[in-house]
Amino acid sequence: MKLKGKALKFAKQNDDINTDYIISGRYKFKIQDPVELAKHVMEDLEPDFYKRVSKGDFIVAGENFGCGSSREQAPMAIKYAGISAVLAKSFARIFYRNCFNLGLPAIEVNTDQFQDGDEIEVDLDNGIIKNLSKKIDIKIPALPKTMQTLLSDGGLVEHFKKHGGFKLD
Amino acid sequence: MTKTISEKILSNHSGTDAHAGDIVIANLDYMMGQDGTSGVAIDSFNKMGAKKVFDSSKISIVIDHSSPSPNIGVSTIHKKIREFAKQTGVNLYDIGCGVCHQLLPEQGHVVPGDLVIGADSHTCTYGAINVFSTGIGSTDLAAAWISGKLWFKVPETLKLIYTNKLPKGVFSKDLILYTIGKLGAGGATYLALEIEGEVINEMSIDARMTISNMAIECGAKAGLMRADQKTLDWVGKHSTRKPNPIEPDKDAVYKDVVEFDLKQIEPQVAKPHTVDNVSPISEVAGTPIQMGLIGTCTNGRLEDLRVAAQILKGKKVHKDCRLIVAPASKTIFLDAIKEGIIETFIDANVAVVTPGCGPCVGTHNGVPANGENVISTANRNFKGRMGNPEAFIYLGSPATVAASVLNGKITDPRKYL
Repeated sequence: MKLKGKALKFAKQNDDINTDYIISGRYKFKIQDPVELAKHVMEDLEPDFYKRVSKGDFIVAGENFGCGSSREQAPMAIKYAGISAVLAKSFARIFYRNCFNLGLPAIEVNTDQFQDGDEIEVDLDNGIIKNLSKKIDIKIPALPKTMQTLLSDGGLVEHFKKHGGFKLD
Repeated sequence: MTKTISEKILSNHSGTDAHAGDIVIANLDYMMGQDGTSGVAIDSFNKMGAKKVFDSSKISIVIDHSSPSPNIGVSTIHKKIREFAKQTGVNLYDIGCGVCHQLLPEQGHVVPGDLVIGADSHTCTYGAINVFSTGIGSTDLAAAWISGKLWFKVPETLKLIYTNKLPKGVFSKDLILYTIGKLGAGGATYLALEIEGEVINEMSIDARMTISNMAIECGAKAGLMRADQKTLDWVGKHSTRKPNPIEPDKDAVYKDVVEFDLKQIEPQVAKPHTVDNVSPISEVAGTPIQMGLIGTCTNGRLEDLRVAAQILKGKKVHKDCRLIVAPASKTIFLDAIKEGIIETFIDANVAVVTPGCGPCVGTHNGVPANGENVISTANRNFKGRMGNPEAFIYLGSPATVAASVLNGKITDPRKYL
């Protein structure tokens, strides 16, 4: 899997970006259409954030991205906004699971080497992230096998459709 | 090899010799969804092509997050949930029953030694009664409804030991706020907590649940306590299921062991906009408050309402301030009526609302205005959490909230106790 786009960072906050920032509770209970929901993604941290997303771009953040609630609407809003993967130093665990269940890669990497707007290429098969703007290659460890299977199947729904249950070995 | 509580429960449920770092597929004893997450779970269930759940007697859906419905969008989700419950035979707790994390233990669905998931991050609450319970997302819930199983990475464990005694006027909420302040919002990410010590032994089950409830606020996957006689007595009163208490091995391997002696601490307050932004109350006392909330899965239990009523009895909420109380379940609501607690609240000009999550999660029942300060017994004070990103949320114990709304400013409750 090869993904290409620009890095999108948040000027106000880097660490502990919580699920209420990703999609506020005042929308997630009201709006069921993920395309509509995506228009409010990250709104309380950066109003109109979705307008600066081009298809394929990456959200780039620091530690503990996605902390807080279990709402799957958070990675869903990110995915439907056109983001192809989230790159962070670390993730909150429920958010991390939810990403892979929706077929959205969440990749742990030292993000200090990325600036807002940098052109990035993520090559998951070979475990390399290229910062094309800065001409830096970063090697990343292989994803756990469970995550690779979920991604290659296109998420947990597709995994269950394909295998009729869990087949992660 | 020796094992922690987590390693034992995950071994028992996966039929493997599971240790930290392993990924296991485990059988679940119970699974829960609420109205904020079950709509998406039902969509995933349908997309997966499923027609029935693996065992309807192990599943509850709780309508608590926007309960009763405040708008058409939510009503549509509630309708979908009710139809799904009818179609599959799963248990439904409809509006007015209470908050999911109170209902599951109170109604006897979960017992020590269980492995439980819930599509809600505060599912870790039942760790207080020795249940490995953890929050997951909606599609994981759908997969569990269909298969009765879920995959887990076996967590390493951080042991927290609380020695000595808590001073008067300092509660389990203060203990867990203090702890999160020390560990940080990501301090226990991917880890299970084992929580023990004299302070915990002395506490009621209600008070212990407040602590386990907030394990997720430092990133933990579970907040486990041992089952002592108090636990077994409590569970025996609430459930007909047989408990299987799980003890850690004496020489189990821990990621770290942290000891706290909280004999000297003051009541604690988390300041806007993160739960780990914690101060002793003396540093924030006097901050003007326009609204209070007592309730939620953290602190909406009978002893929480009792201590608040003790402080408010015969007095009125400050004229520049308002207080909302939401008991965590209808059982608690009825008990509070019988004890005269609700009458005390109403006499004090408190707005008592139906059991549910509403104000805490910003869906309805008390959204603050721009620039207002709120003090709440909830577990989260993220920006926008209560429905308005221009409001400021402080977190404290029920006693701290009651004392603060009496004075219209953050107030140390100890002078009232």
